Amino acid sequence: MTKKPVQFKLNGADKAVFVDDGQNLLDVLRRGIGDLSPKYGCGQGTCGACTVLVDGEPHLSCLVLAETMEGRQISTTGGLARDGGLDPLQDAFMDGFAAQCGFCTPGMLMAAKALLDRNPNPSRDDVIEAISGNICRCTGYEPIINAILDAAQRGSGQRTA
Amino acid sequence: MSVSVKTFDTAAEAAQVLSNDRAARFMGGGTWIMRAVNEGNQSFSSVLLARDPVLRQVQVQGDRVVIGAGVTMAQILGHGELAFLHRAAKSVGGPAIRNMATVGGNLFAWHPYGDLATALLALDATVTLASGNQQQALADLLRDREREPRPVVLSVTLTRPQQGAFRFRKVSRVKPKGISLLTIAANLPQASERISGARIAYGSMADTPVRVPAVEQALEGKTLDEAGIAQAVAAATNGIEPPTDAIASSWYRKEVAPVHLKRLLLEAAS
Ligand SMILES: Cc1cc2nc3c(=O)[nH]c(=O)nc-3n(C[C@H](O)[C@H](O)[C@H](O)COP(=O)(O)OP(=O)(O)OC[C@H]3O[C@@H](n4cnc5c(N)ncnc54)[C@H](O)[C@@H]3O)c2cc1C
Ligand code: FES
Ligand code: FES
Repeated sequence: MTKKPVQFKLNGADKAVFVDDGQNLLDVLRRGIGDLSPKYGCGQGTCGACTVLVDGEPHLSCLVLAETMEGRQISTTGGLARDGGLDPLQDAFMDGFAAQCGFCTPGMLMAAKALLDRNPNPSRDDVIEAISGNICRCTGYEPIINAILDAAQRGSGQRTA
Repeated sequence: MSVSVKTFDTAAEAAQVLSNDRAARFMGGGTWIMRAVNEGNQSFSSVLLARDPVLRQVQVQGDRVVIGAGVTMAQILGHGELAFLHRAAKSVGGPAIRNMATVGGNLFAWHPYGDLATALLALDATVTLASGNQQQALADLLRDREREPRPVVLSVTLTRPQQGAFRFRKVSRVKPKGISLLTIAANLPQASERISGARIAYGSMADTPVRVPAVEQALEGKTLDEAGIAQAVAAATNGIEPPTDAIASSWYRKEVAPVHLKRLLLEAAS
């Protein structure tokens, strides 16, 4: 099997890795680089636990062919906390009990981050739409929706990526 | 993960390789292909990519619209001139899927997928194939899409519908994102308030999106009101034998199709 060199930015830092033919981005992030924040739920695009931002837009990293990421900017939950503090989204999730088992949380946070970066004052329907590709089997979604609206109030969207 | 990946500068080069290799698949956004790769699907052993800029272009010249096969649902949603397709593009998956899923891939999506393809079918779209820039009606491509050798679609061409003439409805059990149990697209151009040249397409009602000639004929020359559409609604499932799947039975699909067709046609009247 051939290995191909790929360079991209992960949470602002340069990364150069060798990827296998057919290897997906989630596998490269988790096993190749050791960023365990995006989760493997289904490998089919259905659960959203592996959601990362590619050039600011949400993508399902389990369905992204890693070698197509040359020169792209990738953001994961692992890069959300900065300057010793959590992102307002993470604070709002904690304060609002928006995580139970926590498996969906990294995907939810990245889907929400993409929304708030584009639209700092979303409506409830905007939030529901933004996380419509992310499954949560614990919370019943209400605490997550409320936490994202709360994060918007706290000014999460005003922090730049 | 035993696939090899080859990248070409043009779609035509990829098409050339694909035409000689039954174990190869062309990849658009990869939302289907990568799923198969992750599952260890053995029906193909290589994946072909193309950097061709034509794949990612949208060209609008007057009423003629050419959409590259590599254009994503999100790009359609971001394009003001494609507003008539926004409802259909928005109905595909969630935001992350829409950032990845392409127009070309939707033409080959298996039942019950192909929501955008259903809209394009009702718009009488033609496809341009990458090898030799051959033109083909979308209906013919859908009919023959499993046939070897597999083609690479370069772009889709259509004529912008008359103002207010194009309608789209996807019926699913989960909102806002759900799999289709029935998708209906209707293009209902009118001359002197009479329908002329109606095009109706269903998604999820056959193995591929299909036109519904019985309904189209019943609408010809009619007005868009209860009396005018009665015959069309009565013919809603003539010639249609929908599949049964986890979402709905064939019987259920047949039962609800007339109800949703009627709603769509009367919505068009308002
Ligand atoms: C979670 C999830 C939800 C989904 N929801 C929907 C939905 O609501 N509605 C819907 O319609 N679909 C849905 N899909 C299916 C799929 O994402 C879409 O149909 C999408 O448009 C496929 O495009 P792609 O570019 O990702 O295809 P790919 O995975 O790249 O390819 C799919 C097929 O098309 C062929 N192909 C791709 N591009 C070309 C081309 N240019 N020329 C010739 N052949 C080509 C490939 O060889 C392959 O056989 C969903 C998928 C997932 C995983
Ligand atoms: S692991 Fe990617 S969507 Fe479930
Ligand atoms: S918190 Fe457990 S899946 Fe969402």
